[in-house]
Amino acid sequence: MTTAPTSADTSGVLRKLFLRVGVLPFFLAIALVVFSLMSAKFLTGQNLVNVARQSVYLVLVSLGQMLVLVSGGFDLSVGTAIALTSVVSAVSMTWAAGVMPDAIWLAILIGIAAGGFTALLVGLVNGVGVAYFEVSPFIMTLGVSSVGAGLALFLTGGVPVSGLPFAFGDTFGFGKWFGVPVPVFIAAICIVVMWLVMSRTPLGTQIYAVGGNIKAAHLSAINTKRTLMVSYILCSLIASLTGLLLTARVESGEANLGGSMALESIAACVIAGVSLRGGIGKVQTVVLGAFFIVMVQNGMNLAQISSYMQMVLLGGLLILAVIFDQMRYRMIMRGR
Amino acid sequence: MPRPLLSTHGLTKDYPGVRALNAVDFDLNAGEVHVLFGENGAGKSTLISMLAGATSPSEGAIYLDGHTMNFDTVARAKSHGVYTVFQEFSLIPTLTVAENMFLGQEPRAGFLIDHGEMRRRAQEIFDTLGFALSPSAQVASLSRAQQQMVEIAKAFHGDLKVLILDEPTASLTDREVDHLFAFIQQQKAKGVGIVYISHRMQEFARIADRVTVLRDGAKIGTVAMTDTDEAHLVEMMTGRAIAEIYPVIATMPGEVVLEVNGLSTPGVAPSSLSLRAGEVLGVAGLVGCGKSRFFRAMMGLTAHQTGTVILKGQDITHLSTREIIRRGLYYLSPDRKAEGLDLAKTSNDNLGLNVVTSGTASKRGWITWRVVRERVAEIADRVELPHDYRTKYVSQLSGGNQQKVLFGKAFGQDADVYIFDEPTVGVDMGTRAALYLKIKSLAEAGKAVVVISSDLPEAINLSHRLLVFAHGHVTAELARADATEDTVLKHFFVESEPTL
Repeated sequence: MTTAPTSADTSGVLRKLFLRVGVLPFFLAIALVVFSLMSAKFLTGQNLVNVARQSVYLVLVSLGQMLVLVSGGFDLSVGTAIALTSVVSAVSMTWAAGVMPDAIWLAILIGIAAGGFTALLVGLVNGVGVAYFEVSPFIMTLGVSSVGAGLALFLTGGVPVSGLPFAFGDTFGFGKWFGVPVPVFIAAICIVVMWLVMSRTPLGTQIYAVGGNIKAAHLSAINTKRTLMVSYILCSLIASLTGLLLTARVESGEANLGGSMALESIAACVIAGVSLRGGIGKVQTVVLGAFFIVMVQNGMNLAQISSYMQMVLLGGLLILAVIFDQMRYRMIMRGR
Repeated sequence: MPRPLLSTHGLTKDYPGVRALNAVDFDLNAGEVHVLFGENGAGKSTLISMLAGATSPSEGAIYLDGHTMNFDTVARAKSHGVYTVFQEFSLIPTLTVAENMFLGQEPRAGFLIDHGEMRRRAQEIFDTLGFALSPSAQVASLSRAQQQMVEIAKAFHGDLKVLILDEPTASLTDREVDHLFAFIQQQKAKGVGIVYISHRMQEFARIADRVTVLRDGAKIGTVAMTDTDEAHLVEMMTGRAIAEIYPVIATMPGEVVLEVNGLSTPGVAPSSLSLRAGEVLGVAGLVGCGKSRFFRAMMGLTAHQTGTVILKGQDITHLSTREIIRRGLYYLSPDRKAEGLDLAKTSNDNLGLNVVTSGTASKRGWITWRVVRERVAEIADRVELPHDYRTKYVSQLSGGNQQKVLFGKAFGQDADVYIFDEPTVGVDMGTRAALYLKIKSLAEAGKAVVVISSDLPEAINLSHRLLVFAHGHVTAELARADATEDTVLKHFFVESEPTL
């Protein structure tokens, strides 16, 4: 953590900042400096608004991922939940629209409900496996991710489902409510709700407690199994919401949507100080973390770094963040 | 006076902001058992970690056979014949006993490890020690006591000059302790110098030649065992007399609140008890006698086979732990690190958890943090947790202060029965006295309290009534007046030896 301390005082402040929020402020500062040097377009109001709009989807998925990480696990199947939602909602929406062409909004609602229900099942399977059968979250969500991806491809034969009602894409993909793009609007609501859940409801406290020390939580009269299960279900549902918004954006149901979401959302959370050991993480910083990832991708695009190289950098960034997380945890445990 | 085998001069260790050990002169003769005695945090561990080569001194010197020795690694200390058995286990659970013992120095046959030779040598060491262990057993399958034995056996390779044992009997049964002591006598006769750390004063009379008492990082004095007694040692250690430690708890038993009939669980035969409001029931017994297992089964933490548990007239036998806690039975875990506290959170956060789960600080599902903060502050005051420590991570607190937080969690909700399982394990005398006062105030406020303790004076001095467990049975129920250390100890050994 010696970012070239000019005096003992500043190094102390940096140290405290690192202990409190993790590595994100440092990464953000570095990224801002580097990318504004590499491209003049980067640090413009227009570009940052752009980044904010693009980051909506990752912010949402990361919020769900955070829940599961804080509970002490992780969810590799968020991408699959997105793909399944996309495919199932598109198929049922086009079917319903064909059956009752006069009630387009009813058809859209049916599609949304079908997609949400599918994701609910994904979360339920994850949750039951992890909480009740004590399968490691890694294997459980990896397995479910394969099952889900297979089903999504099977349902569509690998071909995008087109012919969605125009109203769906026009509203949830490109529409505006109160002058704010609908996806941004929905994400904002989700952020507020999630913040309330994590900081103001017993459920949030319980998730923190279960991730922090599951045995102590058990002895504090917490239903640890139910808490774990709810985390996975909520995570899946938020991923599903993201899937709907993405489907509306691309105006078709696609089995390859959300492919990189698991890695990116975990990276966003870890960079934002969510501990991989569970028990630690804040909604506000996770939002910033997701924003940071999208900003880095945007910066790399502007700096004309190839998408292949971007994958390399993103993976490296994740590992670096985990290393810093490890250091931070040790500093907390050792004290002084 | 012969030249001491091992000695230190002005040994000092500074950690940032703390002087853990202050100019300690200590000496150990060949063929002597020298006990280090003191509260937690007195500096014993710091002293031995320097003798063992695990840390280096800030000032002062260590002499072995008259030569200056500053061991910079444990391996170097070992190469000079100084072996240390630390309290924290360093075993790899997935390997076998023999593999653990010879880790890094496996006997070879060419390029390959000679497993047969390894097992044979391990068996030899066990025979010398009198430990009933199988070299090919997997460490994970052993009990804690057995793992401790492996840990001790691991130290016995090669040429032994100085043996440092850090609370070696903490989790051993009586029979195993006998074996260990026989081994110590045997090594003593060979001229090995032994530094022995323990809190159990009963053991000193059996093996100690001299005792050095430490307090707050400084040496208080060294006495020959023949010139001292327990009361004197406790006074040296704490700076106060024993009577000042245990409070007198007024007896005013009310109605029966808890009734357990014939409850059994693997390792515990059907046992019963009844508990009145305002009463403190002590539960004594050796480690592994089933006393803790009995109460954990009662709490629904492990399965029970037979029996019923009645709390205030309601049958709670088959309820989940969560529901049992809700109904008013609180269980304080003996292991604050593994199942008591969230170490990566602050004291306030840990206390807040129980306030939140008690449901008294939320309105229509929303937590009112102002109320939580107030309640947490109240509780922290009640357990006398210093203000500075309240916003610190629990991992940074001393054992005593961590235990205060754990006690505070018990006050986050209003229970009728409090079960304290080893309430002061690894806690210094000063904090103990403070925690005992909390138990007193609970009982005198009409709560029923159970104190399960392997520390016999604690179990005897706090309780109005004492249950004694041995080998999974209740072997005695004694009134306060009849419970002396001698009578209780007799009931520890009434039955056949346990088969471990």
